[in-house]
This record gives sequence, structure tokens and C-alpha cells, in this order.
Amino acid sequence: MAGSVVVLRDLRHAYDGRDVLRLDRWSVAEGEHWLVLGPSGSGKTTLLHILAGILTPTQGSVSIAGQDLRQQRAGELDRFRGRNVGIVFQRLHLISSLTVLGNLLLAQYLAGTAQDALAAHRLLAGLGLADQAHSLPQALSFGQAQRAAIARAVVNKPRLILADEPTSNLDDANAAAALHLLLDQARACNATLVIATHDRRIRERFEHQITLGIGT
Amino acid sequence: MNLLRLSLAYIHARALNAALNVLLLALGVATIVVLLLFTQQLEHRLERDSQGIDLVVGAKGSPLQLILSSVYHVDIPTGNIPLADAEKLKANPLIKASVPLALGDNYQGFRIVGTNHDYVSLYQGAISEGRLWEKSYEAVLGSDVTAHAHLRVGDTFVGSHGLVEGGEKHEHSPYTVVGLLAPSGSVLDRLVLTSVESVWEIHGQGREEHDEDEDRADPNKPRHVQPQELTALLIQYASPMAAAILPRQINAQSALQAASPAFESARLLSLVGVGVQTVQAFAAILILCAGLSVFIALYNALRERSYDLAVMRTLGATRGKLLAAILIEGLILASLGVALGLLLGHALTEVLGNWLHAAQRVTITGWTVVPGELVLVVAALLVGLLSALLPAALAYRTDIARVLARR
Repeated sequence: MAGSVVVLRDLRHAYDGRDVLRLDRWSVAEGEHWLVLGPSGSGKTTLLHILAGILTPTQGSVSIAGQDLRQQRAGELDRFRGRNVGIVFQRLHLISSLTVLGNLLLAQYLAGTAQDALAAHRLLAGLGLADQAHSLPQALSFGQAQRAAIARAVVNKPRLILADEPTSNLDDANAAAALHLLLDQARACNATLVIATHDRRIRERFEHQITLGIGT
Repeated sequence: MNLLRLSLAYIHARALNAALNVLLLALGVATIVVLLLFTQQLEHRLERDSQGIDLVVGAKGSPLQLILSSVYHVDIPTGNIPLADAEKLKANPLIKASVPLALGDNYQGFRIVGTNHDYVSLYQGAISEGRLWEKSYEAVLGSDVTAHAHLRVGDTFVGSHGLVEGGEKHEHSPYTVVGLLAPSGSVLDRLVLTSVESVWEIHGQGREEHDEDEDRADPNKPRHVQPQELTALLIQYASPMAAAILPRQINAQSALQAASPAFESARLLSLVGVGVQTVQAFAAILILCAGLSVFIALYNALRERSYDLAVMRTLGATRGKLLAAILIEGLILASLGVALGLLLGHALTEVLGNWLHAAQRVTITGWTVVPGELVLVVAALLVGLLSALLPAALAYRTDIARVLARR
């Protein structure tokens, strides 16, 4: 399919012989924003991991940005992921030994792109983190840390942004703000956004939705 | 950002722990450096002082004591030998050259040695001021003696009886300084040289002054040279064959003993060596403990850091990069430990050397490098690398999806 960033076919993943994810066919076009819904244990995180290329499905084909992930060798896959996929974890996972700016520069270094401290600074300023650039993650509030994690996910201008439960631990106002930021940043780099959540508050904001569940 | 800065950031985040590991390694390295520098310089010193001396002939007793007293001038002599026996020996065709030594007095703790000019040539000693002795009661000072006693050419001094400070002074027969020796890095530096006859004459006059029997009653007091006696004869062989024949020939005589400086100093070093090896083994254990400590630190950090490692993989890090990052961290800790250890070891040797120089007049310096240190550096770095290897391998094998799915 032309312009598709994600194409999945006959996807099936099992842990210890037990199916946790089944998806016959799913494709996501360039720039679309999708919500992956389903209760806990329905395979949302598994799907994100497969999309990120850090988990190889038991069977089926996964194509991201025109690349068949199963055809790539390990080192290539790592580099491909670094350049094309940005991930915002539910628990953020900022590197605690590095400053906020250091986290962004690390993302640039590991993706093998040119390290551009100026662009990183500009990105942080745009997210209201100009004063926190040289702070360690422990010194940030949760909201600030989440913005830093979003900045790290988009610093390499990825084509696909994955977010795992970005709003589930937030109150209504903060959830709306976080969502707004993600959509903004995805639009800014014309990236496809896939959010996995069980948070019903944000459903009406998305026209594309897919619901996972046993037997789907 | 690069792997080095990343590793440094992790070390910085656990600075106290890192400092402890570095210190542990540094102590092990420093201990071995001190031992290396000491044994190396001691060996060099022993070699330098016994060069050109194939055999020492003196009175019967311990061969090691004979060598220590007449070659290194640290122990008391075994006794004296009649001049007639020495003269008879000198005629032996197996002997190329011989130097007589007559001991018995000291000046401020520096031994006064009655000998001939060949003794100075033996160590390539050079006169820096004045001339060598010609007549009785003329003396030439080694460089340490000059520095310590502040004597100049033309000054006079009196020797004291015995080989250590505090003996009865020979007030009636003062020596005149006629020459000063340049530093030679050998035993000459801490000796006062004069003619054999001077030593004889002083003790010839002294016969009425002190009771011979009283001297003999004290076994710790050496029997000083009497006229027509020598303390020892330093011998150079005429041919290698002499080594096989001469010592046996001399030892067969009832009054004389022959000892080889090479053999006795090797024996001495092997005795000292047991102690050195013991300390070296302890230092090696210390280094291994440091390696173990680095290993435990990295291994524990790995558990704390498993999320970090998984996140770095999602950011595009290959397995190889994570492996390298952990190895670099181990190597940085090891390098810091080695660098600090080398610095500490050399400084400690210099301090101990200065203290020893004051106490024992043995010159040992910390500002020199011995080949063994290179082996030590490589070994210590290897310990650091090895201790990081298992944590690095575990980081390499981390299943990132499983770590990230952990709640």
C-alpha cells in the first residue's frame, strides 16, 4: 500500500505457547494518528514492541516505513529503529546519570545522526524546558520529565512515534496537555503517531482506532 | 555525546563507589611498585659493589658475613688473617689481581679502610679534588662522607675505634684529608680510604692503650687489625678455571676462608626474596580484590541499569555499543587505579628511600622506572577489563522487550 508507514499481515505472537496477540491485517498511512485500545493483557505493549522492532513476532510480516523488519540484520535493525522510530515509555525511562540535554544528545549519538546541541536546545525551549536542559531527570517534576521524554522521542525526527499509556496516570487537565503535546510534535515532524492506551478519556480525539482483545 | 562521556557520566553518578574501587586497585599497584623499585635498585647496588671481585679471602666464619663486611661494608668482619698468608696467596698464578683491606676504625660511622689505590680503580672512582693518599695518616673521603662531615682538603680528623660510631677516639694520631672522591654510586661513596700501614700504625701504638683481652671478651666487638694482619683480600681470577680450584684450595687451609660475592649475594637475595614474594602475593591479592570489587559494582549497577540499557537499545544502540560502554567503564576505573597506584608507589619509594638513606646510607630513589612496571600496568588493566567482561556480556545479551515489559 503506497504511503503506508505500518503494514502488518497475519501477525501472531505467543508467550510460552499462549497467544497474546493476533492481528490479521493492519496498515497505517503516513501522518495518521492511531489509538490502540484494549484492556490490560490484551497485547498493546507487545504490539508496540513489535512495531519498534525490539520484539520479533512468532509469525507474520511486519513492514515499517517500507522496510521488512524480519529481513534486517540485528545491527541494521538497531540503527533503523534509532532513526525512524521514537518511543515514549509509560515510565519515561530517562537516563538518570545524564542531564535532560544529555539524554537528547545520546539519542542523536545512538541513532548515528549528527549531534546538534542547538536543535536539541530549541526543541527543549519549545516544550518549556529551556531552564531544565542541564538538570538531571531526578530534579524534574513528572510533567517536565514527560515532556523531556517526548523531546527525546522526537529529537531525531522519526517517521513513527510510539507512546505507551502516556495519559493513564494523569488527571484530566494534564492528560489533555500531554496528548496535545504528542499530537503537536507528531504534526511538527509529520510523523505517524500510535498511542497504546486503556484510557477512555482520550478516545474521542482519534478517528483511527483499533481495539485489541483475545480473539481479535 | 559518545561512549566515553556516557561511561564517565555513569562513573560520576556513583563517584564514591568508583573512588573506593580506584583506591583499592591503586593500593595494590603501589605496593608492587614499591617492591619492584626497591628490589631492582638493591640488586643493582649489590651488583655494582661486587663487580670485578671474584673471590674474597678472610678469616674463617660465615661466608655471608665475610662478603657483607668486606664487600658491602655493612657487617662486622669475621676476623683477621696474617699478612704472610695473604702474601703467599698473592703469588698464586691463578690470581690476576688482589686488593688488601684492613678495617678497624670509623669516622662518624663511616668506615676507615686501609687499602691500596687498586681499590679505587676497582669501582672506577675518580678524584674530584686533591690527590690519592701516599704516606701514612693521609686519607681520601668518599662523596657521602664529604657531604656529611663537611671536611675539605687539608683538614684533619681523628678516627674512632670500632666500626660503629661512639668508640674510643685515636686522638694522638689524626688523619689529614688529601683528596675527595667524586660520587660513584658504589660503596666507595661512604668510605674513608687510607693506606694499610696507617691502620697498622694506629693500632700498633694503641696496643698499650686498651687491653686486648677486654676486647676479645665481647663477641660483638670485632677484633681490630694488628700490625702485619689484614681483614680481607679481594681477588680477581686469572682464568675461569680458578673458580673451580682456588676456593677449595683456600678453604682447605686452617686459617683462611674464601667466599664468592656473586654466590653469597644471590643467596642473600633469595633469602630477602622470600619476604618480597610474600608481600608481592598480598599485593596481587589486593589487585584481584579490586577487580572483584569493580566486578561487583558493575554487576550491581547493571541490575539498576537494565532499563537504561534497554532504552539505549530502543534509541538505536547496537549490542556491541552496550558491550563497549561497560568495558570502557571498567577500563576507566582500572586506568585511574593504575595511574594513582604508579604515582603513589613512586612517591612512597622516594620517601622511604630518603628515610633509608638517612638511616642506612642506602641510596634508593622513587624517580626511576623499572621494566617490571610495564608488566604490572598491563596486568592491572587486564584485571579491570576482565572484571567488566561478564557484566558487559550480560548487557550484550539483555532481552530488551522483556526488560521493558517488566512492571
